[in-house]
Amino acid sequence: MKRTIFGNQVLPWLLLAPQLVVTLVFFLWPAAQAIWQSFLREDAFGLNTSFVWFLNYRALLNDGDYMAALGTTAIFSVSVAALSMGLALGLAVSVDRLVKRAPLYTTLLVWPYAVAPVIAGILWWFIFNPTIGILPYLLDRVGYDWNHRLQSGDAMMLVVIAAAWKQVSYNFLFFVAGLQSIPASLREAAAIDGAGPVKRFATITFPLLAPTTFFLMVVNVTYTMFDTFGIIDATTGGGPNQATTILIYKIYADGFLALNLGSSAAQSVILMAIVIVLTMIQFRYIEKKVAY
Amino acid sequence: MVEDRPWLNRLTHLVLILGVLIVAFPVYVALIASTHPATAFSTGVIPLWPGDQMWENYSLMMGSGLSTAGAPPLAGMILNSLIMALVIATGKIAISVTSAFAIVYFRFRFRQLAFWAIFVTLMLPVEVRIVPTFKVVADLGMLNSYAGLTVPLIASATATFLFRQVFLTIPDELTEAARIDGAGPMKFFRDILLPLSQTNIAALFVILFIYGWNQYLWPLLITTDASYYTVVASIKRLAQAVDSVPQWNLVMAAVILAMLPPVLVVVGMQRLFVKGLVETEK
Repeated sequence: MKRTIFGNQVLPWLLLAPQLVVTLVFFLWPAAQAIWQSFLREDAFGLNTSFVWFLNYRALLNDGDYMAALGTTAIFSVSVAALSMGLALGLAVSVDRLVKRAPLYTTLLVWPYAVAPVIAGILWWFIFNPTIGILPYLLDRVGYDWNHRLQSGDAMMLVVIAAAWKQVSYNFLFFVAGLQSIPASLREAAAIDGAGPVKRFATITFPLLAPTTFFLMVVNVTYTMFDTFGIIDATTGGGPNQATTILIYKIYADGFLALNLGSSAAQSVILMAIVIVLTMIQFRYIEKKVAY
Repeated sequence: MVEDRPWLNRLTHLVLILGVLIVAFPVYVALIASTHPATAFSTGVIPLWPGDQMWENYSLMMGSGLSTAGAPPLAGMILNSLIMALVIATGKIAISVTSAFAIVYFRFRFRQLAFWAIFVTLMLPVEVRIVPTFKVVADLGMLNSYAGLTVPLIASATATFLFRQVFLTIPDELTEAARIDGAGPMKFFRDILLPLSQTNIAALFVILFIYGWNQYLWPLLITTDASYYTVVASIKRLAQAVDSVPQWNLVMAAVILAMLPPVLVVVGMQRLFVKGLVETEK
């Protein structure tokens, strides 16, 4: 709170106007529309619209495809978070040990942040191309027949790897920052008491990283739920057999490709609720961080 | 480092080198593929050493594109991406910095309400409300225009909060001194607040430029006229059209060109980038 302020009453509104107009027109109004639409149902020709209360929501809960997409999203998010955070933690702990050369390694590790998800998808899609890709060629030698066009497991693996690859750099930077905030004296004291590197990591470093780890888990889940649309759209298109159809892709497919507006709107509203919960969790974490 | 353990030092470097290689691997494969003629891929496996067609492939994609795939030359699309990224980054910063100024330095009715209206946008990513937002933009006649590509993405709760945080740390004495010297609010804003937030603005600009450049779903939906295509949103179109007649060398050349500008920004302005990334999450 500022003690010294300006008394003008009109000026602040002029300063806020651009942001508020954009927010109202492109955020709040469409969100309200989505909520309204989720209670409506159009007939097949778009001639009649009727108010159906929670019918769209109930239909979703009874829809096997929607439930499957919910499960797919959960598996996808958890796999991407685990894979990219695991790799990033290993790299961050290594960089943290270095006295020299740490900046060079950091530069070489952070640039994938700048690569668009859709491009990350296309890069790995090329590497895993069943006919000419390099990895299927190597896998074939050990007797595994890779084909993400037909096998659900392979398709999921492909999108997980592409999404995790892009996210490693982000997690890496935050883990490095987290490691640097742990006082060296703690680790030194443990070393003098005879604790080896593994024991020090398990009993001191990792527990003290808990806030960072938790924060990154939330960020990674949010990332996989929304920002990975490009990866799915460009590589698997949600297939095969909807094995990689995550919630966000289903909203798009039902709303734009199948033109089932009521259902798509109801899905949007559910997803908004999920984002609100995730954002709240994130903010509680930040409040705690500020408190110490 | 707590103690010197030679084997652990070696392991550290090994882990990091492996990490760097894994991170670079897909881009290396793409870069190599983009230097070969199309026939190099008919043998059944991707070549792993550079070919001699680099100049031909890149100049073909920049200058004429793949007309059979409905893909215009990349030069125009890269220009569109650049316009989009710059307008989004500048626009977000401009409207957020003034909003934060209003919220921190003025007391007016419904101030809390305005604050919350901006806050709520944090919870409404464009992907979630994609269908109704598309409809609004269509009704406003903003499809296939630079305004449609940029304005709907320009509101930013994150940037507003960041500037609010920055302004809150600026000592009240500065404001008092400025007022005693007879400076009005806009003069104070221009001559004291903006210069003091310069590095924050620069750091945020780096992050927002990448955000704008990498937009995918939004440009994909609202551009049907090829002269407004952006390069990132066109990658899928290129890759799929090419799937029937494999021209991997050209697709990979396009991929490299599409990722080069933001990657250069991150590598060239690493310090600002890291600062921006850490700050926007606070």
